Amino acid sequence: MEMPTPNAAVISRKDQIVARLAKVLPPDAVISDIRETKAYECDGLTAYRCPPMCAVLPANTGEVVAVLKICHEMGVPVVPRGSGTSLAGGALPTADCVILGVAKMNAVIETNYDDRYIRVQSGRTNLSVTGAVEQNGFFYAPDPSSQLACAIAGNIAMNSGGAHCLKYGVTTNNLLGITMVMMDGTVVEIGGAHLDAGGLDLLGVICGSEGQLGVVTEATLRILHKPEGARPVLMGYDSSEVAGQVVTDIIKAGVLPVAIEFMDRPCIEATENFAKAGYPMCEALLIVEVEGSDAEIDAQLALIMKIAASHNPVELREAKDAEEAGRIWLGRKSAFGAMGQINDYMCLDGTIPVSSLPHVLRRIGEMSKQFGLDVGNVFHAGDGNMHPLILFDANKPGDLELCEEFGAEILKLCVEVGGCLTGEHGVGIEKRDLMNVQFAPADIEAQMAVKDVFDPAWLLNAAKVFPLASSEPRRAA
Amino acid sequence: MTPENEDDLAQMITGASGPLRIVGGGTRPIGRCAGEALSTAQLSGITLYEPGALTLVAKAGTPVAEIETALAAENQRLAFEPMDHRALLGTKGTPTIGGVVAANVSGPRRISVGACRDFMLGVRFVDGTGTIIKNGGRVMKNVTGYDLVKLLTGSYGTLGVLTEVSLKVLPAVATQATLTLDGLDDATAIAAMSASLSSPYEVTGVAHDPATGKTCFRLEGFADSVAYRADALAKALAKFGTLDVVDDARTVKATWAAIRDVAAFADQPGDVWRLSVKPSDAAGIVAGIGAKAVQYDWGGGLIWALTQGGDLRAALGDFKGHATLIRGTADVPTFQPESAPLAAITAGLRAKFDPRGILNPGIMS
Ligand SMILES: Cc1cc2nc3c(=O)[nH]c(=O)nc-3n(C[C@H](O)[C@H](O)[C@H](O)COP(=O)(O)OP(=O)(O)OC[C@H]3O[C@@H](n4cnc5c(N)ncnc54)[C@H](O)[C@@H]3O)c2cc1C
Repeated sequence: MEMPTPNAAVISRKDQIVARLAKVLPPDAVISDIRETKAYECDGLTAYRCPPMCAVLPANTGEVVAVLKICHEMGVPVVPRGSGTSLAGGALPTADCVILGVAKMNAVIETNYDDRYIRVQSGRTNLSVTGAVEQNGFFYAPDPSSQLACAIAGNIAMNSGGAHCLKYGVTTNNLLGITMVMMDGTVVEIGGAHLDAGGLDLLGVICGSEGQLGVVTEATLRILHKPEGARPVLMGYDSSEVAGQVVTDIIKAGVLPVAIEFMDRPCIEATENFAKAGYPMCEALLIVEVEGSDAEIDAQLALIMKIAASHNPVELREAKDAEEAGRIWLGRKSAFGAMGQINDYMCLDGTIPVSSLPHVLRRIGEMSKQFGLDVGNVFHAGDGNMHPLILFDANKPGDLELCEEFGAEILKLCVEVGGCLTGEHGVGIEKRDLMNVQFAPADIEAQMAVKDVFDPAWLLNAAKVFPLASSEPRRAA
Repeated sequence: MTPENEDDLAQMITGASGPLRIVGGGTRPIGRCAGEALSTAQLSGITLYEPGALTLVAKAGTPVAEIETALAAENQRLAFEPMDHRALLGTKGTPTIGGVVAANVSGPRRISVGACRDFMLGVRFVDGTGTIIKNGGRVMKNVTGYDLVKLLTGSYGTLGVLTEVSLKVLPAVATQATLTLDGLDDATAIAAMSASLSSPYEVTGVAHDPATGKTCFRLEGFADSVAYRADALAKALAKFGTLDVVDDARTVKATWAAIRDVAAFADQPGDVWRLSVKPSDAAGIVAGIGAKAVQYDWGGGLIWALTQGGDLRAALGDFKGHATLIRGTADVPTFQPESAPLAAITAGLRAKFDPRGILNPGIMS
């Protein structure tokens, strides 16, 4: 993955820049020693690394304003960072940048159960938002698998999803308001405890803008009362066609499960070896979870089991208690870890229309042979968000490149069948140069025009999202 | 002007020499603007509907009724329940899906499932320079590039003329019931509504009408589940009174259609304002504005106020939320004036998407 040539003029002024930042921040909040900046050299896309010129860790909105004013004035690129779990290289530094990390900003500012919201500083981790309200029976719905580590700031920037978004939506559907500092230091307050924007839906376009429009410092999030209970069923089928049909039939029957997860044979085999969850060896495995009171769960599951049974399952297992439910989820939750045991892997994130699942899986299987790399598929089947995991050997010269090439072909296939390049991980650097596959030049131009308004000098995380060739004239200006 | 297709529309916009007033069904004349009428009537028809994938794509001029009929045939629906403005605004015509999206029109279920914008998966539109642009797509999860879908939804045509929208749809429900409390004052009603929304019983509509003293709660789902939750909710709200349950399908439907369309104000003279506020602020706000009548939806988060006229915002002062003049003659901005930095961003975006300022100019001021 290519990155722009760092701005030598900026790097040559490193001492002055650091000195000015040190004046507005506490001593331990400015990190410029190369041994320490290395801690920020990559995010979850670990194949790409580059230590930043320096990193700052402000503690509040005021300090973020001070940092951005200096960087703006001195023409220094800034890359915002939450917890650094992005799988797309969204938080990857450039050698001439200041990493602005919000990790210190993790306070709960207000909780309001009557009006069902919580306001937090953006560096707070996703899981600890739920942690702050669960003693009152509430939770924050979006639940990325990385929720123990990832920050609300990163969730907003990537519009992250989770296993339960079929029912609860993704970040953008649960975000009520933000405080954001623009690159020139202007503070904007958008939304709040009330619903829907008054004017243009700026919150909507900022959510998912990958740290390119401003630095989010605080957020108001919708919280919900926990359901009375939840229970999964597991079903195994001989073919992905049949499993796909089961998903369609369930949805058409009017049941809305909170999650429908799909795993294919390579993935089942890997997780069985690793986690021993007792999954059946078959072509396609589905985990379907519903919520409600015991009686409601029974009723919904009865309907689902009937549909499942009518398609000749090789296995059909309903969780009778919490322990069995845990076992059903065990394999799915350890899928990434299991694949990681076998080899290095790259996790893709394209979305397809649910109806093209069998076709896409067949094509991925064919490509796997062609490229000579194994691939396993984990899939949020209810919403078409695929996570093909391509196995490769990072120590073998050329394998990473081959894997990336294979990955690109899969994503092109997703677009070809009417889907998209990324369902929840974001574009970052990883899919940046594939944007032309999904979008015409005018579509990309319209998006870049939005950045022009928020960050006219293109200093914020500018080497991401858009093909470098497309953003070049703006970045160079 | 009535373009026959997207290319036609693009050419008309490119060639336009003055302001254009974009018209879908013409049933929601919210905000004022002058200009030559540009109708989306010919850009009509459902282009794709996949019930198993919960997605529907339609051209912007497609009548909402046509979409609802197609969905009903597959036992599905537009879950955000778009309001029909005709009775309230005294308009005729056929509401179009493009109009719904351009105005981000939602109904009582907004409080539980989200607004129109939350169901929007993709758009095609023509901007003020005549450029055809697409964003989003037809799949439910998509974070590829910036979310211009949200930006266009609720932009009242000021950033571009929508030509096609794709929507997430949801299964229809087997049973609906309305539970009613009687005789609560506003503040107590809001407390009761908050209690219901803070329960696990998945209430999908919560409204209070001070004129009738009725506080309504809607439950939906499979019959057994609705019965169970009705019971549980009655227990949870026991301290507010005894809940009366109505589960006759037609009555329930009519009740919520009336709430959705603010039917109570349709035949009453006066200006109509729509306020989005923090629910626990609502009763206090209403007490301070001296309206002729009000109606609360969204558990108190949405206030419909019927006034004598004049500038309601003067009475509101500095409050948290926003107020929109939906019907009336008051010579005030239709939309809540924004803070200076937000107004600058908005103006900047308009200048990019519509540099000549010809698309519904001024409609959102
Ligand atoms: C094991 C694993 C599992 C995962 N599972 C999921 C999943 O289920 N669903 C999912 O959606 N994602 C998942 N992810 C991806 C990742 O966790 C999410 O993208 C997450 O939201 C990133 O949060 P972060 O705090 O780590 O952000 P970072 O990685 O630090 O940054 C992500 C982006 O946010 C920007 N940013 C950070 N802070 C700010 C700020 N204050 N203001 C503006 N922009 C900012 C950055 O510039 C960058 O572009 C997973 C990752 C891993 C490693």
